Amino acid sequence: MATKNYAGVTVDVNEEGYFTDPGQWTKEVAAEIAKEEGIDLTDKHLEVLDYLRTKFISGEALSIRGINKSGVVDVKTFYQLFPGAPLKKSTKIAGIPKPSSCV
Amino acid sequence: MNKLLILGAGTGGTIMANKMRKELSRDEWKITIIDQHKTHYYQPGFLFIPFGYYKKEDVIKPKQNFLPPGVNSIYQKVEKIEADANKLTLANGEILNYDILIIATGTRINPDETPGLKGELWHKKIYDFYTIEGAIALGKFFKTWEGGNLVINIADNPIKCPVAPLEFAFFADAFFTDRGMRDKVNITYVTPLSGAFTKPRSSKLLGSLLEEKNINLVPDFFLGEVDNENQKIIDFGGKEIPFDCMISIPLHNGDPVIEESGLGDDFGFVPADKHTLQSNAHENIFVIGDAGNFPTSKAGSVVHFMAEILHENLLCYIENRPLTGSFDGHSNCFIETGHGKGALIDFNYETEPLPGYFPLPGIGPMGLLKVTRLNHYGKLMFRWIYWHILLRGKDMPIDADMTMAGKKVD
Ligand SMILES: Cc1cc2nc3c(=O)[nH]c(=O)nc-3n(C[C@H](O)[C@H](O)[C@H](O)COP(=O)(O)OP(=O)(O)OC[C@H]3O[C@@H](n4cnc5c(N)ncnc54)[C@H](O)[C@@H]3O)c2cc1C
Repeated sequence: MATKNYAGVTVDVNEEGYFTDPGQWTKEVAAEIAKEEGIDLTDKHLEVLDYLRTKFISGEALSIRGINKSGVVDVKTFYQLFPGAPLKKSTKIAGIPKPSSCV
Repeated sequence: MNKLLILGAGTGGTIMANKMRKELSRDEWKITIIDQHKTHYYQPGFLFIPFGYYKKEDVIKPKQNFLPPGVNSIYQKVEKIEADANKLTLANGEILNYDILIIATGTRINPDETPGLKGELWHKKIYDFYTIEGAIALGKFFKTWEGGNLVINIADNPIKCPVAPLEFAFFADAFFTDRGMRDKVNITYVTPLSGAFTKPRSSKLLGSLLEEKNINLVPDFFLGEVDNENQKIIDFGGKEIPFDCMISIPLHNGDPVIEESGLGDDFGFVPADKHTLQSNAHENIFVIGDAGNFPTSKAGSVVHFMAEILHENLLCYIENRPLTGSFDGHSNCFIETGHGKGALIDFNYETEPLPGYFPLPGIGPMGLLKVTRLNHYGKLMFRWIYWHILLRGKDMPIDADMTMAGKKVD
């Protein structure tokens, strides 16, 4: 298992850079990961990250459909906040595992 | 007299009716099963219909044929479940009480949720093959289609039988090759996943099959809307893909009765324990199959493995013992790859599909994670097994728990 250093904190990550322990996450850490992804975190970003973390911690599956129903952000805005692959980027910045769609 | 109610007489409900009637004394337990339809559909057969490999008659039989004596069947739609009062209401106004309820209402496609999907091109140039109507309409369309861009799109997960869209792509390649017009059909497979499939190793095998068969792969595409006028699909990020014929696997939801009764998650699937299959909210409600929010495939083979566990746990519950049955997420899927060949994958909650032999280690006869002729016959045999063994709740020579024997780990 690899580790990475963000904002002076050492965190455990998997081979794709996703946190293996969501407890190691802080807002400062998030801001640094976001920078790596070319994103400047705003309050709206943080609101979305907070939603993702709450959902994940309560054991619910994350999906684009779910985001659309969350009331926190609509999908178009979600794409603007985390351009390209929003679910993959946002979960990485939120310090939680990459959502594995169920097969 | 105690009452066991089974809601839904599809794959899971029918198996449970057979298993529990054998188990529970008729003097103590009345078993009732309810479904809105009298016809049982062999849904895996829907994949074969658009290509003329199966006809409608091959995939339908009366539900009643599969229900044992001593089970009371009612053909009515259930309008509402009042879980706190242990009762449900039927469309004709009748009210039924229960001591134990099994929810087996399955899942269904919901094309209305995506703007433009069910527009003017629906069943004219846009088809689904997850309903009997869609599959038959598509079969008619293919007979005279002259070719163009064939786009196969999965709107978002979860969907029933996650390998079916890939099988469709492989069949389409074989079908148009056989008709001597493959050069006129440009096949594109558009998926929200990052590759052909989710689990890494099978994604690799299936991805290289797509390449081999000259099928384009567009990953990370979440369908936002369908533009009927310009014949293209557009994802939430603005990516556009033109089509002349689109095969849509629309969003899936639980049955509306689940949502209306306040028993579902965001998509109408019932939250339940993924190991014991007991509802999170009500201890006398159990869930089997596609209706649940279980993190494994929504597939008939899964339903079959779940049934064994549910059988055990219902007895535990009735006898007031801790629930000892624990489902491991076991799934086992044949994958048709076209031209009389197929692949087979076997996995569970924790273990991704691995290469090897199945069901007997080192012998097979089925090869895991590779393309063989025998795997294709396995899939064809599955229909016979489904009607004659599986639905009737009889034992099969495959364990409910996944086994590592015969699998290669490197
Ligand atoms: C194209 C396609 C290909 C597939 N291929 C495969 C495959 O190769 N292998 C495999 O293992 N699986 C495959 N499957 C999946 C498999 O068919 C399903 O996973 C399985 O049938 C699910 O069983 P179930 O009991 O959960 O639901 P279902 O069998 O769908 O039964 C649900 C029942 O509940 C009834 N119902 C729902 N709501 C109500 C209500 N309110 N009132 C009354 N009745 C109600 C419905 O009428 C229905 O009869 C495929 C599915 C499709 C569509």
